[in-house]
Amino acid sequence: MGRAPGAREAMRAATEGTWVILGASSPVARAFAREAGCGADLVLCGRDLDDLGRTAADLRVRRGRRVDVVPFDALDEASHKALAAHLEAMPAPLSVFLAFGSMPEQAEMDADPALAVKTIQANYGGAVSILQHLAPILERHGTGTVVALGSVAGDRGRLKNYVYGSAKAGLHAYLQGYRARMFRKGVKVLTVKPGFLDTGMTWSAGPLPMAMAPDAFAKAVMKAVRGKAEVVYVPWPWRWIMTIIRSVPEALFKKTNI
Amino acid sequence: MAWREMTLTGWGRVHQARSRAARPERLSELQRALKGAEGTVAGVGAGRSYGDVGLNGGGSALLTTRLDRFLSFDEATGELVAEPGVTWRDLLDTFLPRGYLAPVTPGTAFATLGGGVANDVHGKNQETAGSLGDHVNWLDILTASGEVVRASRDQNADMFRATVGGIGLTGIVTGISLTMARVPGNTALVHSRRLPDLDSTLAALMEPRPGQPYTVAWVDALAGGRELGRGILEAAGPADGFVPEKQAKSLAMPLDLPGFVLGKAGVRAFNALYWRRVSAAGSEARVPWRKFLYPLDAILHWNRMYGRQGFHQFQCVVPHAGGPYAIRRLLEAFGRAGRGSFLAVLKAMGRPGPGDLSFAMPGLTLAVDIPNRPGVEELLRELEHITLDAGGRVYLAKDSALTPDAFRAMYPDLPRFRETLRRWDPEGRFETDLARRLRIREGA
Ligand SMILES: Cc1cc2nc3c(=O)[nH]c(=O)nc-3n(C[C@H](O)[C@H](O)[C@H](O)COP(=O)(O)OP(=O)(O)OC[C@H]3O[C@@H](n4cnc5c(N)ncnc54)[C@H](O)[C@@H]3O)c2cc1C
Repeated sequence: MGRAPGAREAMRAATEGTWVILGASSPVARAFAREAGCGADLVLCGRDLDDLGRTAADLRVRRGRRVDVVPFDALDEASHKALAAHLEAMPAPLSVFLAFGSMPEQAEMDADPALAVKTIQANYGGAVSILQHLAPILERHGTGTVVALGSVAGDRGRLKNYVYGSAKAGLHAYLQGYRARMFRKGVKVLTVKPGFLDTGMTWSAGPLPMAMAPDAFAKAVMKAVRGKAEVVYVPWPWRWIMTIIRSVPEALFKKTNI
Repeated sequence: MAWREMTLTGWGRVHQARSRAARPERLSELQRALKGAEGTVAGVGAGRSYGDVGLNGGGSALLTTRLDRFLSFDEATGELVAEPGVTWRDLLDTFLPRGYLAPVTPGTAFATLGGGVANDVHGKNQETAGSLGDHVNWLDILTASGEVVRASRDQNADMFRATVGGIGLTGIVTGISLTMARVPGNTALVHSRRLPDLDSTLAALMEPRPGQPYTVAWVDALAGGRELGRGILEAAGPADGFVPEKQAKSLAMPLDLPGFVLGKAGVRAFNALYWRRVSAAGSEARVPWRKFLYPLDAILHWNRMYGRQGFHQFQCVVPHAGGPYAIRRLLEAFGRAGRGSFLAVLKAMGRPGPGDLSFAMPGLTLAVDIPNRPGVEELLRELEHITLDAGGRVYLAKDSALTPDAFRAMYPDLPRFRETLRRWDPEGRFETDLARRLRIREGA
């Protein structure tokens, strides 16, 4: 019996180590894992283990690779330590896709200061913690890529979303320094600032302009992984949109309702 | 769970419905959405049904397209377990390179498995392979009570029979176990032959064809008189070996075509050309499965071709006894009304479907697109009568005009279906526009 020339065999041959997907239950992370699984083994990390188990099964069927599921909670540092230990044993080099986050309504956080702090912790503190834990492994391998999802919300604080936005702004700054540190060891750090994505996060807002489907987003990010740029907007027109939004004088911007 | 008010549209674009819609991304979200849904609920797949079978105006819609994972695949037996939003396109992309093909597929790869189960879809190989339900080992179904229940021929058999072809009324299918078929390559060997009239087309369709389980006749729905029923027969079987498949980029139908393009003269000319394309002597070609099985998928949104008013698709099956006569009467009715579409599709069916409301029965099935113009209701009514007279039935996946009385007469297992609904969904949580139109739940 014949076989498709190449397809699966080629995929297997091009092993590029291990991709660690942090926050793997999000549709964007699932789509990215399908892309990454074409060339690497996978470690799916998150809290909903039942859901991660299903995604792992999917990736094994589609890509025929080793896929591990490891519990990970941005708010629980012990899980970061345990994950780092698990990754010691995975095929090198390591690459990381950091996609976890949570975005409560601003009004909820305005009513509950503790929720605001927790949101900072989940989006920013958690990201810093896990990346610090992984740094020694990445440095030892001396290659690989770290992709972290920032946000256009971090480019300018807005009335509707300033706590989440400030956490992402912090992450952007952190990644700049982390990039410099990793650069010295040959690891690439890519900051991705997503515009509107067509996911559950934006579903109730109705159809949004240029909303990108997760699989198209994942393909665009994978292209950026192979490219030169180190900070990218996906979809790309957001780079220009944010340039304009950033240029509005503060005296005017504070009066807007966006 | 996030909800959105939106308008959902049947593929024929005649029927529309406003619903509150959720699009869960994990099983737990689906369960929460069902619990939190206001009013009645319908599961929605890829929206490839033509009429109102997947619409629920004024109620809730649960979109399953993001539940799109494979859960297991056994290379030895071909058993695949998948979530409902997996499409036939996913199956082809993932498994054809490994030598497996879906045992049954509709004529579009964009349909979801969940939607396929709900309509118990069939393909060009129905005569020998049966319908999708014949290859389903078990189903997981999220029922009105909020529980996920496994149903098969041995376990909750009433639920299995009601869900296969049950147009979404028993619950949301969350898992499907299905046995894939082995193929020796990624192409089909397709034999095409031109046939001058209905008798020869039907005779060719009924010939035994070992090694060619796929057959379909494209019939010129506008040719009349001695040329009535002239067509092209395509018969195909799996070919050996893998050849590179050019991933032809899909074209999109960007705008609604103006109505006159599909005027009578235009369609007549197209059909005549199409018929002449194939030589009288016949021809043979190796065609990638994708191209052979899904000829229309190369043009995205081809449904816009019929303009803003949209179109209906009429599909019926009539039993072999009296079948040829009924097909002749149906084609004559199209000819008189002068509104057949580009092409009519004629296939043979060999097996009844396993569900209470399965469409398939041994006989001949005819499908024709009909542009939505004044007078179309009368034509559809006439087609319904001819079908009923012949002891046949109309396909709910395509239907938008059937009457409750005709429906009851065409689907004799309806009482059993209603009994099962009464047991599993006594409050009538699951509903659709089609179910209301056909009064399926009345007496349930
Ligand atoms: C170009 C074209 C060619 C076609 N060719 C064929 C053919 O050859 N043979 C054939 O049989 N059909 C054919 N069809 C019809 C099509 O296969 C069916 O209508 C199919 O059911 C569409 O699937 P969907 O995912 O789009 O479902 P939808 O149209 O969205 O929904 C169909 C039904 O399934 C229900 N449903 C959807 N998902 C679920 C779920 N998870 N659980 C429970 N219920 C659910 C809905 O409530 C609805 O009743 C064709 C359609 C097109 C557009």
